[in-house]
Amino acid sequence: MSDPVLEVRNLRVEFPTRHGILTAVDDISLSIGRGEILGVVGESGAGKSMTGMAILGLLEPPGRIAGGEIRLSGDRIDSLDERQMQAIRGRRIGAIFQDPLTSLNPLFRVGDQLVETIRLHSDLSRGAARARAIALMKEVGIPAVEERIDNYPHQFSGGMRQRIVIALALSAEPELIIADEPTTALDVSIQAQITALLKRLCRDRGTAVMLVTHDMGVIAETADRVAVMYAGRLAELGPVDEVVRRPQHPYTSGLMGSIPSLRREVDELQMIPGAMPRLGAIPTGCAFNPRCAHAGPKCRREVPRVAGNDPSGNGAACWLALEGETA
Amino acid sequence: MTGPRPILEVDALERRFDVSAPWLNRLLEGKPRRSLRAVDGVDFDILPGQTLALVGESGCGKSTIAKLVTGLHAPSGGAIRFNGDPARMQMIFQDPFASLNPRWRVGRIVAEPLRTLFPETPDTQVQARVDELLRTVGLAPADASKFPHEFSGGQRQRISIARALAGEPEFLVCDEPTSALDVSVQAQVLNLMKRLQKEMGLTYLFISHDLSVVRHMADVIAVMYLGRIVEIQPAADLFAKPLHPYTRMLLDTIPDLEAPRRDRAPMGGEVPSPVSPPSGCSFHPRCPLAFGRCQAERPQRLPHVHDRRVACFAAEAAADV
Ligand SMILES: Nc1ncnc2c1ncn2[C@@H]1O[C@H](COP(=O)(O)OP(=O)(O)OP(=O)(O)O)[C@@H](O)[C@H]1O
Ligand SMILES: Nc1ncnc2c1ncn2[C@@H]1O[C@H](COP(=O)(O)OP(=O)(O)O)[C@@H](O)[C@H]1O
Ligand code: SF4
Ligand code: SF4
Ligand SMILES: [Mg+2]
Ligand SMILES: [Mg+2]
Repeated sequence: MSDPVLEVRNLRVEFPTRHGILTAVDDISLSIGRGEILGVVGESGAGKSMTGMAILGLLEPPGRIAGGEIRLSGDRIDSLDERQMQAIRGRRIGAIFQDPLTSLNPLFRVGDQLVETIRLHSDLSRGAARARAIALMKEVGIPAVEERIDNYPHQFSGGMRQRIVIALALSAEPELIIADEPTTALDVSIQAQITALLKRLCRDRGTAVMLVTHDMGVIAETADRVAVMYAGRLAELGPVDEVVRRPQHPYTSGLMGSIPSLRREVDELQMIPGAMPRLGAIPTGCAFNPRCAHAGPKCRREVPRVAGNDPSGNGAACWLALEGETA
Repeated sequence: MTGPRPILEVDALERRFDVSAPWLNRLLEGKPRRSLRAVDGVDFDILPGQTLALVGESGCGKSTIAKLVTGLHAPSGGAIRFNGDPARMQMIFQDPFASLNPRWRVGRIVAEPLRTLFPETPDTQVQARVDELLRTVGLAPADASKFPHEFSGGQRQRISIARALAGEPEFLVCDEPTSALDVSVQAQVLNLMKRLQKEMGLTYLFISHDLSVVRHMADVIAVMYLGRIVEIQPAADLFAKPLHPYTRMLLDTIPDLEAPRRDRAPMGGEVPSPVSPPSGCSFHPRCPLAFGRCQAERPQRLPHVHDRRVACFAAEAAADV
């Protein structure tokens, strides 16, 4: 079998602070194959973006990768210097963020930005690069491209801007795209357009996608597999249908139960008592144990891990799921 | 038909905003004045103890209605009749971070409406009431001495709710009260709001862009598009039998966790600018059922069409046969 496009093994991201070292990402292992979409969900502060930023080499100091390995089509990229990483970003890994304006320069025409990026990563002439930019803008669904290509970012709506960012991210034909809440700032009807577009284009090209979102509905309709994060750790990893229908981790099932249903009326939503711990106060053993109805002595003692920590492995980091008991 | 008297009656409500260029530019560049109809002829009633939800995409006028109802904006036309005690109307905002004074302790924040409305209340009584309110929303009396930044988003929204309850409200305007919160925290806040409604007989005007939240909370749902209500129905009916093409497309578009459809066709087009909305039915450029009349004429919510629940010529035609 060929190498996965992305392989993350035992990744650890730390922030040294005056009060000690905070671990924002703690022992995460996952992989994404060609043309596969891996969804990453979890609540605010769970470590989703930091995982993405670590892969992109964009951690803000003093944040740092403190352990583990990241491989892109077999090549180690976690120990590269900034210059080498810059060459990889854009060419081999594309990024799409929540706010399209973080990826677009407000002072330049969108067409020029696309041409610039295309030429940086290929040896096309200006004319050929412009033709390619026009084709890409058409592909992402910008109407009247010939008229709009020389407009500035602010002249487009939020949804159109995000389409342009997708064009930009795809312009160098990257192997992997990291999309961090790409539709969160958009309207519901536009969100669906953007996720459908991203899905179609990446399928067609065989691009691997890491889709970070807090919206379980988007994951259910877009991703092939899903990684659920909690307090910097992986709680559960598996095929989307299985995780949604038969969650094995008590946190995942609590999360599913707390989402109001479009189909059924319930009097009360299921609640997970308490809140996710702050980074400086993660309990020993299973990070979820103070909130878990099934917690036993073992949960307070030992950290459970997704079986074997195999990056392609499925399962829940939960003693109950792993061993059938928590004693 | 006579039933209980609505606590809030909103009639042909309008609010325009002047979005013209500065007058010098207008003079030099010969640009006309431009106005934006944020709310463009909206009617609804809310019965006491019920929840009416406004749902729609960003910019459709939901927050403007909230501000009109609470008196933060003056209407440009139409009428709002509040048949309750105006002093007992309170508002909860989307952003639990911005809406609490960061320099005040939680106790003072929660006590503020009490001190404003009933200035003669003795300190010990204020203190006791604050303790009770904090307990009601699932916080501890000891939290009164902390500052807002010491709390999580969900806890801050509970503080906002405790503050709103301090004025002993009967009517609460809630503008996206959980949109800034994670789903697990949202569940805690929504359950709390439902419990308080039951216990205290509160009436809610509840605003959200999230249809599943709205379905969970509302008795009646009004769907808005470009400043107008296009459809208003009891919650269960709206989901079982949506009447307006826009509502149907919204329901078709939103991802469904329980019945995921990976081939879901997204709704085409974008919401047009409210400064120059399309003529006639403003949904016509995106509507699969649009016909000649839709461009020329504005559909009304008519009494004989499905109990005045939908503004659409196609739905009217279907009802006439
Ligand atoms: N003070 C103002 N001046 C000019 N235009 C305004 C003003 N307040 C609101 N608008 C415009 O009125 C329209 C309705 O705004 P409103 O804030 O009610 O929308 P909304 O549905 O609540 O949107 P969102 O979900 O994004 O908060 C928008 O087009 C908005 O830009
Ligand atoms: N500069 C920083 N210093 C300390 N902690 C940080 C810093 N940046 C992020 N963190 C922490 O890392 C954790 C994960 O953050 P992030 O990955 O951004 O979460 P999310 O899942 O919301 O994207 C959070 O608890 C956050 O507070
Ligand atoms: S390991 Fe124990 S505490 Fe953690 S989720 Fe499983 S049962 Fe609950
Ligand atoms: S009035 Fe016409 S354009 Fe508007 S929703 Fe009905 S059919 Fe569509
Ligand atoms: Mg994030
Ligand atoms: Mg609003």
